[in-house]
Amino acid sequence: MNEGGPGGVEARDAVSAPILAVENLTKHFPVKGGLFRRSNAVVQAVDDVSFLVRKGETLGIVGESGCGKSTTARLLMHLIASDRGHIRFAGRLVGAAHGLSRRNLHRQMQMVFQDSYASLNPRLPVAMSIAFGPFVHGLAKSQAQQRAMQLLQAVGLDPLLFANRYPHELSGGQRQRINIARALALEPRIVILDEAVSALDKSVEAQVLNLLADLKAEFDLTYIFISHDLNVVRYISDRVMVMYLGKVVEIGPVNQIYRNPQHPYTQALLTAMPSMDPRRRTLRAPLSGDPPNPISPPSGCRFRTRCPFAEKVCEAVPPQLLAGAQAAAVACHMRFPGSGHSRAANTVSH
Amino acid sequence: MLHEQVVSVDDLKVRFLGREGSVAAVNGVSFSVGAGKVLAILGESGSGKTVTLRALLRLLPARTEVEGRIRVAGHDMTTLDEARLRQVRGSKVAMIFQEPMIALDPVFSIGVQIAETIVRHEGVSYQVANRRALELLEMVQIPSAARRLKSYPHELSGGMRQRAMIALALSCRPTLLLADEPTTALDVTVQIQIILLLRQLQRELEMAVIFVTHDVGVAVEVADEIAVMYAGRFVELGPTDAVIGSPAHPYTAALLTSTVLGSAFGKRLETIPGMPPDLRALPAGCSFEPRCRFAEERCRAAIPPLFAQAPAHMTRCLRVAAREISLPGPNLGERNELTSSQVSGGGQR
Repeated sequence: MNEGGPGGVEARDAVSAPILAVENLTKHFPVKGGLFRRSNAVVQAVDDVSFLVRKGETLGIVGESGCGKSTTARLLMHLIASDRGHIRFAGRLVGAAHGLSRRNLHRQMQMVFQDSYASLNPRLPVAMSIAFGPFVHGLAKSQAQQRAMQLLQAVGLDPLLFANRYPHELSGGQRQRINIARALALEPRIVILDEAVSALDKSVEAQVLNLLADLKAEFDLTYIFISHDLNVVRYISDRVMVMYLGKVVEIGPVNQIYRNPQHPYTQALLTAMPSMDPRRRTLRAPLSGDPPNPISPPSGCRFRTRCPFAEKVCEAVPPQLLAGAQAAAVACHMRFPGSGHSRAANTVSH
Repeated sequence: MLHEQVVSVDDLKVRFLGREGSVAAVNGVSFSVGAGKVLAILGESGSGKTVTLRALLRLLPARTEVEGRIRVAGHDMTTLDEARLRQVRGSKVAMIFQEPMIALDPVFSIGVQIAETIVRHEGVSYQVANRRALELLEMVQIPSAARRLKSYPHELSGGMRQRAMIALALSCRPTLLLADEPTTALDVTVQIQIILLLRQLQRELEMAVIFVTHDVGVAVEVADEIAVMYAGRFVELGPTDAVIGSPAHPYTAALLTSTVLGSAFGKRLETIPGMPPDLRALPAGCSFEPRCRFAEERCRAAIPPLFAQAPAHMTRCLRVAAREISLPGPNLGERNELTSSQVSGGGQR
């Protein structure tokens, strides 16, 4: 299984062109404290993260709190500035002198947040919230309003009933539909869904997931779907990226990740999911303790402090995200021939 | 072995009185839990599951009407005076919450909070209580417990805080533990640790536990019995494997199919149309009837009683009870393909 040479992932899988290319994205937050509020530590929220998003796919991003999945989303949207790294949208560098401006990026990429109430203006009727974006981006007011009506219809809310309501008059599921409609108002090509269904009840969540699938087909969208719910990510994603303490530990096609996870963290994450079968309850927790503090992550492999297979090499050398067989990539010394880990193959295969 | 029921509730009704009419949060709930048993109350937001739990300890706001009989550990909770109530709370019955950061006192160390509770309820010296506090932290598997006794809540991680709250709840050896979504705010790898810990302690201490959750998976992991709650009523009540394996109420069946499980990938999810009813104006008949695809005229006539579908498996559905419809059980999916052996043996290939 270690045969996939370097670059195997991208070469093999370049069926459809990447719409978004992320290279070495890094964001460290200084932690201020103590006397004179000096900055005395940094949170390495996102550290040297690279990945591609292909046109028309859904990329799921999973990980526990503090793994950097939401920071990644905010960096992609340029809601916060990155310390290092590049983002290319359809081949054009974002934010560079001759590249894509931030304003134009936002026409192409929109985001839906977890808190459906906090992300809507409480004093605007929902149709106005939806029309606001197109209006600001130069559409005539009447046309913007017309588009809002169409989008209300598209997200399954009757425009006659809902257009003039205020956010507090709607249920959580309906509000999230409004947020989705608003995200689509600029006709973006990518929508980032950051825990967009996590606050909803299960029966409502299913409705919104079906809606997202319909909209994706109708408007030819690409999704980046961020969630802590592994079942939902599995349901909606084509590929999955697993993050741990600001690093990508594994990325690959959804079935491969879920059926044959390679990284010990991915394996633990999947084993830790509650059983749905009363006859097969979980008997043993795969990991002990909590994720460590991202302020001073462990040296080498960041998972090594909780990893049952950690060895000396894991402490010394940070593992690179390496492509294995079948288009997945994993950052683990055990999967890297010649890494020095006792469970890795001893010779490098070519 | 005959267990005395630790808690028994008979026809509990809770109504919040407000300016814009009264909200019928709980509308006739009856159940009992014996020593060493775990009942999970499963429901979506607004179903009345937390209100039911709080009613057991009379932890409800002032403008609230409570009807029905509640007996907890031999006490009639509805008639107990304040002083006796304080004695029962914390010693016989303890509660753990979703957010330990709010439930714990931020200005006292974990050790002080636990010791104080023991001294208050059992009248022992602080020396004895401190020793017990240390034992309790060891029991909930907090590493370097002696040092952690001196920690304040904000110095602990989420999982450790939840363990500390469990230690505090168990400090006076309660016979009944009420758990209100105690794992919901935790990461998945920590959640399973807390579930396993609660399961182990519950067995060792022979506690009765009522566990409120919205997560089917969590309910399956902890419960002997599951009660499915909708619009303030139990619509189904039965042993965990019966409720999950062969649901006897259309709402349970729909909830299971609309929960994203192993079976659903690539398929369209079955959803429950519409929304839960307004608790200020409940329908006269079955409260799920407006969303139910099996609904008939007689479902609208009166609230269906709980029928025994099988011994100990109750349903509030006329049509299931009359064997007119059969409900699909969930496909439990392929999650179990990934066993723990794969994790431990995952290295060599």
